[in-house]
Amino acid sequence: MKLKASLALISASLLLAACGGGSDAEPAADGGPVTLSFLVDNGRLTLDGAKALADAFMKTDPGVKVEVETRPGGTEGDNIVKTRLSTGDMADVFWYNSGSLLQALNPAQTMVDLTGDPVLANVQKDFLPVVSHAGKVYGVPAGAGMGGGILYNREVYDRLGLKVPTTWAEFMANNDRIKADGITPVISTFKDTWTSQLFVLGDFHNVRAQVPAFAQDYTAGKAKFAATPAAAAGFEHLAEVHAKGHLNKGFGSATAEEGLKMLVEGKGAHYPMLSAMLPPMLKDTPQVATDIGFFGIPGTDPAENGATLWEPPGIYIAKSTEKLDAAKKFLAFVASPAAAEAVGKVVQPAGPYRIEGATLPDDAIQAAKDLQAYIDKGATTPALEFLSPVKGPALEQITVAVGSGLTPPAEGAAQYDKDVEKQAKQLGLEGW
Amino acid sequence: MVTRHRPDTRDAGPRDGAGPGLPARRAHARRARRKTGPAYPYALYLPAAAVYIVIFLIPTAMAFYFALTRWTLFDSEFVGLDNFRDFLAEQNLSIGFRNTVVYAVVTSGLKVVLGLGLGVLLTSKLRLRGFLRSVVFFPVLVSTVAVGITFSVLLKPGTGLVDRVLALVGISGPDWLGEAGTALLSVALVDVWKGVGLATVIYIAGILSIPQDYYQAVSADGGNAWHRFRHVTLPLSWPATYSVIILSFIGGLRSFDLIWTMTRGGPGFTSDVIASIIYKQYQSGFFGLSTAGNVLLFVVVTAIVIPLNWFLGRRQVAP
Repeated sequence: MKLKASLALISASLLLAACGGGSDAEPAADGGPVTLSFLVDNGRLTLDGAKALADAFMKTDPGVKVEVETRPGGTEGDNIVKTRLSTGDMADVFWYNSGSLLQALNPAQTMVDLTGDPVLANVQKDFLPVVSHAGKVYGVPAGAGMGGGILYNREVYDRLGLKVPTTWAEFMANNDRIKADGITPVISTFKDTWTSQLFVLGDFHNVRAQVPAFAQDYTAGKAKFAATPAAAAGFEHLAEVHAKGHLNKGFGSATAEEGLKMLVEGKGAHYPMLSAMLPPMLKDTPQVATDIGFFGIPGTDPAENGATLWEPPGIYIAKSTEKLDAAKKFLAFVASPAAAEAVGKVVQPAGPYRIEGATLPDDAIQAAKDLQAYIDKGATTPALEFLSPVKGPALEQITVAVGSGLTPPAEGAAQYDKDVEKQAKQLGLEGW
Repeated sequence: MVTRHRPDTRDAGPRDGAGPGLPARRAHARRARRKTGPAYPYALYLPAAAVYIVIFLIPTAMAFYFALTRWTLFDSEFVGLDNFRDFLAEQNLSIGFRNTVVYAVVTSGLKVVLGLGLGVLLTSKLRLRGFLRSVVFFPVLVSTVAVGITFSVLLKPGTGLVDRVLALVGISGPDWLGEAGTALLSVALVDVWKGVGLATVIYIAGILSIPQDYYQAVSADGGNAWHRFRHVTLPLSWPATYSVIILSFIGGLRSFDLIWTMTRGGPGFTSDVIASIIYKQYQSGFFGLSTAGNVLLFVVVTAIVIPLNWFLGRRQVAP
């Protein structure tokens, strides 16, 4: 798909991408409550969050009934959303990625412009760019953001007396110690290809620390991964952990679910992953809340140590809706601390909220607290896909090839540059 | 076989036999009066023609147009032949072409060898022959996606059934679907498992149609089982071999479902075929680009199929 942003990652990851049938929006019954159709992907995390939002909203406003519809996640879902928007058959409100993926939906033609609308009153100002297109705002944040970096088993760290690394060298030294103890240092799950991208995408905090203008130059077609050592480092890291034999046996056909299980059971120590993968595991393995921590992918300079952040997805209003007032009421509720609280009860946040006045609960999972510590220090950077509309669709295959030792890292970076070029041309961007 | 000896009047005469009842006879009468003209009034062709035009001709024509555009579903911009250039410049296209051919050759080759073997076995005087024939044919009936998912589980390293069985004899199996060297081959073998039943059925039909006289002649000359196979079964089942090769080769060229369910073209790009490359372009939302890929595939397949069709048609007349 155009740009695989955070939600595509989550929804694909939750592996619930069964066939989802979107039913048609039902016409509102006259006299009775207005019925809003609300389209979300069928990932467990999204669906639970969406249902919690709808229920909480219906309690505050009995005049509006929100019906949650589902669609498949991942690229299949992207195409369904595009098709329904382009044919004017979209649900009244819908849940979709923020950042680069949103740009591909042609918001100016298909969505209701919310710029300056009171709906946005509680939305943090620095969130707005990721739900904007050509200077106009189209959405409100749904749920919490997440961190993309290394999830690690704190028990293993305690037992071996390891410290959270602040540089890549320290990280590799930890890996050697872990391996000597007979535990898999780095879990990789290349059957779910998207999971292979974290070493590259999660490294963006370090890229920006060294090359502050990378995102702009990259969008303009001037900066390349292969020609920027800081950016190529992600590919090198990927190759290095494989070359040193740090990966689990059978990494090529392991799934994300299996990887998380290995991590929780302490069979593996590190898993490059998104923090939002953890909350759905709480039900079966409650120790996830305390045993699993998070740290950003370390770079070269300990002083610049930080983490890469994925913004929450957005909720948008389709231009084809005939129930604009009700839809706006719903969005105003979504962007309120009360909504954050309601969702947080069902789906534990794995990162920061983007709503003024909404904070992490005291019993938040450890990984979310670790991420919050980076945020409080001001040491986070949004992932590249929230700063640039350009993201090559083949990255996950390229990172699998590099991470399996099939392609040298420099060649992988160059392949990705070509892939990006193709995507930028298809988007019709300037300068490509 | 039987029908050949019976005079088939239907093809020779007017086509009224195909449509029962009055309308056909009336049409026949009218045609007899005018000597020329269609069997039915043109109006009766209209529904079929409309369906054909709307769901086949128009989309095909549109595809040729959209292949020349940058198309996002929301709008399209004419870009000339850029998409074709970009598609041909696709980095993994050469891997895809090579894999497609390797896959087609491996699967059709193995289906011929195994199909012939099973065909000979299942035409011999065997207890449970009927049951075994059903068993061999059964995988053909199972949905490809289900087969793919099942085998992905069976081939899991360490915990999968295949590796456990190998472990019993002290072999530590590779990561069948997760390693570049074995992924495509593993999928091809599953394809053979699934498809060999059809090849076997074709061979059974071919072998059964060989007249017994030849076998009796070999016996009279004192030939053994090997001679019967080598000098009668093998050469005389050549038409069956031919059908199996053509069917499975074409099937192999357009293979997609099994590969997609089992490896998604991975690891990396090592088991990508043309169809999966095109599919990934669609997934990425590059609709114009992927349509261009399909137009190219259409041209390539046409270029192979038309001469093949002509060649096969000639062969059919010869014997």
